[in-house]
Amino acid sequence: MLKTLRKIASIGLVSELPPGPDELLRVRRALDDRIAAVLGRALCIRHVDAGSCNGCELEIQSLSNPYYNLEGCNIRFVASPRHADLLLVTGPVVKNMEAALKRVYAAAPDPKLVVALGDCGCTGGILGECPASLGRVSNVIPVDVAVPGCPPSPVRILQGIVTAISPPV
Amino acid sequence: MPLRRWWEHAQKIAGASSVRGLGVGAEHWLQVASDVADAGGLLHTLWVNREPAGDAAVYGAYLTELGVLVAELALPAGGESVYYPGLEDIFPAASRLQRAAFDLSGVRSGDPDRRPWLNHDRPYEFVRVDGEGVHEIGVGPVHAGTIEPGHFRFSVVGEKVLRLEEHLGYVHKGLEQRFTQLPILQGHRLASRVSGDSAIAFSWAYCQALEGMSGRALPPRAAWLRAVCLELERLANHLGDLGALGNDAGFAFGLAQFSRLKEDLLRAVSAAFGRRYLFDIVVPGGVAVDVSSQAARALAEVVRTVCAEIIELRGIYDEHEGVRDRFTGAGCLAPELAARLGVLGLAGRASGQARDARVDLPCAPYTELAVAKIVQQGGDVAARVAVRFEEAQESGRLLRRLLAALPEGEHAVTVDAPAADAFGVGLIEGWRGPVLVALQAGPAGSIRRCHPHDPSWQNWPALEYAILGNIVPDFPLINKSFNLSYSGVDL
Repeated sequence: MLKTLRKIASIGLVSELPPGPDELLRVRRALDDRIAAVLGRALCIRHVDAGSCNGCELEIQSLSNPYYNLEGCNIRFVASPRHADLLLVTGPVVKNMEAALKRVYAAAPDPKLVVALGDCGCTGGILGECPASLGRVSNVIPVDVAVPGCPPSPVRILQGIVTAISPPV
Repeated sequence: MPLRRWWEHAQKIAGASSVRGLGVGAEHWLQVASDVADAGGLLHTLWVNREPAGDAAVYGAYLTELGVLVAELALPAGGESVYYPGLEDIFPAASRLQRAAFDLSGVRSGDPDRRPWLNHDRPYEFVRVDGEGVHEIGVGPVHAGTIEPGHFRFSVVGEKVLRLEEHLGYVHKGLEQRFTQLPILQGHRLASRVSGDSAIAFSWAYCQALEGMSGRALPPRAAWLRAVCLELERLANHLGDLGALGNDAGFAFGLAQFSRLKEDLLRAVSAAFGRRYLFDIVVPGGVAVDVSSQAARALAEVVRTVCAEIIELRGIYDEHEGVRDRFTGAGCLAPELAARLGVLGLAGRASGQARDARVDLPCAPYTELAVAKIVQQGGDVAARVAVRFEEAQESGRLLRRLLAALPEGEHAVTVDAPAADAFGVGLIEGWRGPVLVALQAGPAGSIRRCHPHDPSWQNWPALEYAILGNIVPDFPLINKSFNLSYSGVDL
């Protein structure tokens, strides 16, 4: 126990400041200022892998490390879409995940936001559209913000989330 | 006929250090498999090629002490009436591979289990467990955490698991078909996205097959830099898992510390290679980015610091009674069962299966690195944690050695597209286990067929056994201790 406490004390706080919104990532203007003011205080995110290679997931997991301190920004990942304000969707939407993604979208309460993550989520990526894959996320559910990158860095993902909950300028 | 005789009859295949291929008739297809099993080898992967004309061939790639033996059985055209003998009685791992191959090619094995695997058009028929008080818990495909999709069906009494059945294929995206639409000199990009956490292993295995077919030798500096990337990938994944395993055992401190170390490492990787995750770094003929001697020194210094902290944190894990209690005895996979199931890689080594392609079938630069094979006999979560701790240290040692003495010279050379119908096999020990890529060239620089194999094919069925008798709340911990790929097997 003493070792654990000593380690915590010696490392100290490593958290960094979050980035601001980036209007270039915005696809759809779904929120007005009043809702953003409410959502902006605390945000619950449900992640859905709709066909990703697991690369984007690794960077989403990085968001929870002490440097990005996601929960310190009043943002947390939740275990059910029914608790979620925002869906973070990765991958091209493959045929075998289409029904699951639509059900998750339907289960999330309104008003809800969708952030498509990674080159696959934005455009279909290297897989594109094929018999097994429907391509970009917006081919299946409405998308508010799309964050490119393969995979996008944690700062870029955070920026996409912050953009989604900021009132459009 | 003993394995050695088959091996002597087989022809050399380009790519990895010791691969041979053998055409067999239907009467010898099962014989080769059982001779491999008798000699202590195992089935690594199985795939089917179907030509537009309708004729087909099934391939079985075996890992043996002599090298990789690829057996090919030609099948006549004839649609659904054509069968090849299934290998599932000799190698249980064959079952899902054969079902997936049918979904992809329409060519069936003799396996009585005819349920589709990748094709989800109809509801899946799970095996029901009946009895007083037995009920089912279905989990997924969308899980509660940030992980890939798949379905788990537990049959339980109270909290005790009587049976687990996995249903995967949710992220099936037509990878093998997509490969055939890419130029062969671009296929490495898709290979690195077969399973994003094993980008280097897959893209290296792909390029190894391609370079072998083209007859292009890799410059020493390129080989060393690839090994740097592969060990960085191993170290980063082990750091992530060690943190997540602490967290799943209720020790959030572990996740905070290990995820911090992983971030330190990723930032150092980004400083050296210009990206945090090493997609598209391994390219045909070498690596896409050279590393300056200054960047190599800085990276080695971060690796040294990270490894020193891992030792410190291991002491804390070992002394924490709650963590020890959750790790020890949970999800036990006995060595005999692991051998029967052909469990590969990290999970295999934690259950006494002493296989590591970096030692058994090394390519440059592993031929001169004398990698220590880390083996544990326990087979429980604690053993898989111990293997990760020790492999992280070994990767740290290899990285410091590689970075301190990078050979001078080019970091990449040009590779020409191989001749049509050239065939190659790449084999690289990724962080999860041995990754294999079988590649066949088409005309004019195209890909005729590419089959990537992740060791998770072998290890997913083992998880169904490891959970037996454990309680449902221990499943996340046991599952994480294997940390298998969904994308890599859903293809």
